[in-house]
Amino acid sequence: MKSGKTVFETVGGTPLLKLPAISRELDGVELYAKAEYFNPTGSVKDRAAKAMILDGIARGALTHDKTIIDATSGNTGIAYAALGAALGYKVTLCLPANATEERKKLMRLYGAEIIETDPLESSDGAYNECRRLVAEHPDKYFYPDQYNNDANWKAHFEGTAREIWEQTDYHVTHFVAGTGTSGTFMGTSRGLKHLNPEIKSVLMQPDSPFHGLEGMKHMASTIHPGFFDESIADLKLEVSTDEAYAMTRRLVREEAVLVGISSGANVAAALKLAKTLPKGSVVVTILCDNGNRYLSGEFWEA
Amino acid sequence: MSVSVLIPSALRAFVDRKSEIEAEGATVGEALAHVAAQYPDLKHQIYEDDTKLRGFVNVFVDGTNIKKLNGLETPVAAGATVMIVPAIAGGY
Repeated sequence: MKSGKTVFETVGGTPLLKLPAISRELDGVELYAKAEYFNPTGSVKDRAAKAMILDGIARGALTHDKTIIDATSGNTGIAYAALGAALGYKVTLCLPANATEERKKLMRLYGAEIIETDPLESSDGAYNECRRLVAEHPDKYFYPDQYNNDANWKAHFEGTAREIWEQTDYHVTHFVAGTGTSGTFMGTSRGLKHLNPEIKSVLMQPDSPFHGLEGMKHMASTIHPGFFDESIADLKLEVSTDEAYAMTRRLVREEAVLVGISSGANVAAALKLAKTLPKGSVVVTILCDNGNRYLSGEFWEA
Repeated sequence: MSVSVLIPSALRAFVDRKSEIEAEGATVGEALAHVAAQYPDLKHQIYEDDTKLRGFVNVFVDGTNIKKLNGLETPVAAGATVMIVPAIAGGY
């Protein structure tokens, strides 16, 4: 008998959640959230990490004498650390020193080495330091470079988009998401538009360069990922940190959905959008990661 | 008392692209208020109201988070370094 799955095999295939309490504000428009926190390490980044690791193995770039290295502020790093541990690869992660202790601890638990970078430079500092290390020791590392690796967005083109398409019974009309590397946004948007060119893609952005939406990049003021193409967005919606905090609290208290701040931001944007749409519209957004990763955050208390 | 306030890249657009600003004050709160008075756009970014910082803003004095010290009342010595960073790293 062959049963059971490896951790690696459990990535993707996440549920599409209804949000009945929040949806009471809507009239004839359906709102759904793709529960990416059901992935094995608790975030959407398992999809990209798995795809980039498999791509590296397939190309012969990732071999067991290499250490996987990348820049991250959290979720991708945890995903690399876990999947690397599952497959027997060493992992080194460059992340800003102000990443939360919970995150650093998770990465270390899975056996990854952490290189802390200047907190003033945020994720761009981690990115630059990672590139410096790889240039200095090109033979030592396998550098997937999540900001510029097409396997990142393609994981969503092939996986997330098709799952949303099928889980909405082919009725999805709008997709809303924010951007870190923009892999989820670009891949899912392209995938859905490939399945039905009528589907609209809505880009959620923090309302300011200095914000508390963990994992979300303010594109106007930071280094653009190589595969980010803003022209795919049919509409852009800004969300403030306070709106995101409020929605994150609502999600846990009214829907029993414990997720992080970027998920709250996505749902806040999706709800804002849904209120403007004609009856029959079907809006889908992304719940990026598990809220238990943010329990030390003060925003829960308000 | 003159201290150095270090500005993260995300906030430099609000302070004429400066990465470091000299400020006067005997406490962290006074030093930040001195900077905020010169750059009202910066004030808007880091303060919730006239006295309270926004929830995700962390301030470090010589490497220690003021939440572990005395908050905005934390005294600063001449030459101290005050660093403003978001409570999160942002952007994976």
